[in-house]
Amino acid sequence: MKSTLFASSALMLALLVAGCGDKKSADVDVIRIGSVAPLTGPQAHLGKDNENGARLAVEEINAGGLVLNGRKVRLELIGEDDHAEPKTATIVAQKLVDQGVKAVIGHLNSGTTIPASKIYHDAGIPQISPSATAIAYTAQGYKTAYRVMTNDEQQGKVLGEYATGPLGARRIAVIDDRTAYGQGLADEFEKAARAAGAEIVAREFTNDRATDFAAILTNIKGKSPDLVFFGGMDPQGGPMAKQMKRLGVNARLLGGDGLQNANFIKLAGADAEGVIASSPGLPIDSMPGGAAFREDFEAKYGVIQVYAPYAYDAVYVLVSAMIRANSAEPAKVLAELPNTDHNGVTGPIRFDHKGDTLGGAVTLYQVKDGAWQVLETVKR
Amino acid sequence: MDILTQQLINGLVLGSIYALVALGYTMVYGILELINFAHGEVTMIGAMVALTVIGLLLGMAPELPGLMVVFSGLLVAIPACMALAFAIEKVAYRPLRRAPRLAPLITAIGVSIILQNVAMLVWGRQYVAFPAILPQGQYEVFGAHITDLQLVIVALSLTTMAGLWLLVERTRLGRAMRATAQSKEVAALMGVNVDRVISATFVIGAAIAAIAGVMVSAYYGLAHYHMGFLLGLKAFAAAVLGGIGNIAGAMLGGLLLGIIEALGAGYIGDLTGGFLGSHYQDVFAFFVLILVLVFRPSGLLGERVANRA
Repeated sequence: MKSTLFASSALMLALLVAGCGDKKSADVDVIRIGSVAPLTGPQAHLGKDNENGARLAVEEINAGGLVLNGRKVRLELIGEDDHAEPKTATIVAQKLVDQGVKAVIGHLNSGTTIPASKIYHDAGIPQISPSATAIAYTAQGYKTAYRVMTNDEQQGKVLGEYATGPLGARRIAVIDDRTAYGQGLADEFEKAARAAGAEIVAREFTNDRATDFAAILTNIKGKSPDLVFFGGMDPQGGPMAKQMKRLGVNARLLGGDGLQNANFIKLAGADAEGVIASSPGLPIDSMPGGAAFREDFEAKYGVIQVYAPYAYDAVYVLVSAMIRANSAEPAKVLAELPNTDHNGVTGPIRFDHKGDTLGGAVTLYQVKDGAWQVLETVKR
Repeated sequence: MDILTQQLINGLVLGSIYALVALGYTMVYGILELINFAHGEVTMIGAMVALTVIGLLLGMAPELPGLMVVFSGLLVAIPACMALAFAIEKVAYRPLRRAPRLAPLITAIGVSIILQNVAMLVWGRQYVAFPAILPQGQYEVFGAHITDLQLVIVALSLTTMAGLWLLVERTRLGRAMRATAQSKEVAALMGVNVDRVISATFVIGAAIAAIAGVMVSAYYGLAHYHMGFLLGLKAFAAAVLGGIGNIAGAMLGGLLLGIIEALGAGYIGDLTGGFLGSHYQDVFAFFVLILVLVFRPSGLLGERVANRA
């Protein structure tokens, strides 16, 4: 008993001393910001990319020394893993809210961003998604929901017009991965393609865990389309391009930003040649700060997958609103976010009344000689 | 017609992969009545190890013939998986052999999660691409496309299954396995080293899993630390469909499941006028599974309990 008493008083003493030590750094306020993306599972490479983009911005801002309301502030990024699952997304969102984060950068997928946005809205915390593109996200009327990327309506329309215009497709097969992103993009594409007079000869579906598309591609082959559109991500798109070639489907593969990344080419190998995909915004090397960003990012984390520049910009958009509000209080930051006018790595960022980006562009790329080459940039 | 032929070929290739993985589930279940949920992950480790070896070989000697490189990868992956399965059985399952049946089942799920995370740490979150070094020959049969790789997959699967059948039915080890499946105690009294037989079962299943893992990654052109999960689940469903614990049943279940999936996904949209689409692919396969379980709870070939191994 005595020894326990001794131990506990020693512990108390140690805590006191430690407490005194902390005093020195106590004039720095720590502001927690959440970053949510799938860090495990098939899209883990994309999720880590988002988190790294946000982390790079946070480290730069901390190194530069942020001062709000006369007090030194240090940002702390809390990275969470939502497994790209809507169910996990809400659990993780609640966890962040309970931890007292002042804002959230995320999530990566539309399917996770949308259910989580209700939790952030109820808690009154600003949410800026770097990569969720589904229309539904900002159509809910939440004053907390923002994104720094072109939405599916804008991108799908450009893709639909490009397929029927310059590519001259008349018989089109559409596949989507049944996620909020893939389905939304495919629906908008289909709408635009139909409006331009193309015939949708097949509408097939897969999921974001699948690798075998032989069955649906064989069915599509029987309808002899001249173009196949896929709304989904590279882990599916890569094998799909391979299997199209293997099954002798003589149609061009077209996709959205989920395919337009380095990993797609790696997975599809030689069969990636000729595939066309779009990406919101300018090509990274045409971005105002693209080259510098690439250099900084690659020095720390390796190759950029897709959305890292957007996550990076999202942090800067958030912090610039904090600086204008001279506070990190969510309510004050939310009042300032609509006034955003930030010249980011991905281009100028301004928001409309829903929280979508204004202006901007969609760029179309094609794989030539094993690399994505810019075809053209469509300004909206 | 050419579409139907193509769908049958698609299903056959997919099914022979399912069948190979299903064998591992069914062999272990036959002997221990344990569903070894870590088996899908052993398949994944096989693919990852093989890909690592292939990458190293290509780095050192890019002029080597592709077939030889892949074969060397397989030759390293097989013993690696065998050692892994041996260790898993010894560490995770053997201490629980007399525990209630739920305990080793939960341990199996735990092992599966551990293996996934270890693989994520070792090989990263990235998809690892399978280099395009295999011959890419293509043939047209009745308007359907068949590749060299598909022929090799089906041929190798059938050979492996035949080899396993011979092993179980015609060798001393096979007889010991069948005896252990019927009764561990009596087999032990007859001089069978039960522990060694159980180890052998795990190790043989793992060797087959390694072959399946390399085939899957070569066929789809990728490997990923997460790939074993769904593959394992489907193969488990195939094993149950055929009658778990029955080797012929696992083969039949695997092939059937592959063909059902291909035909289901290929035709469901057209047959229902677009009301149901190909996103019901997995539902279709599992619906058939439920039907079989309701009307034939022991699976298609499950009644020959005495003969299982």
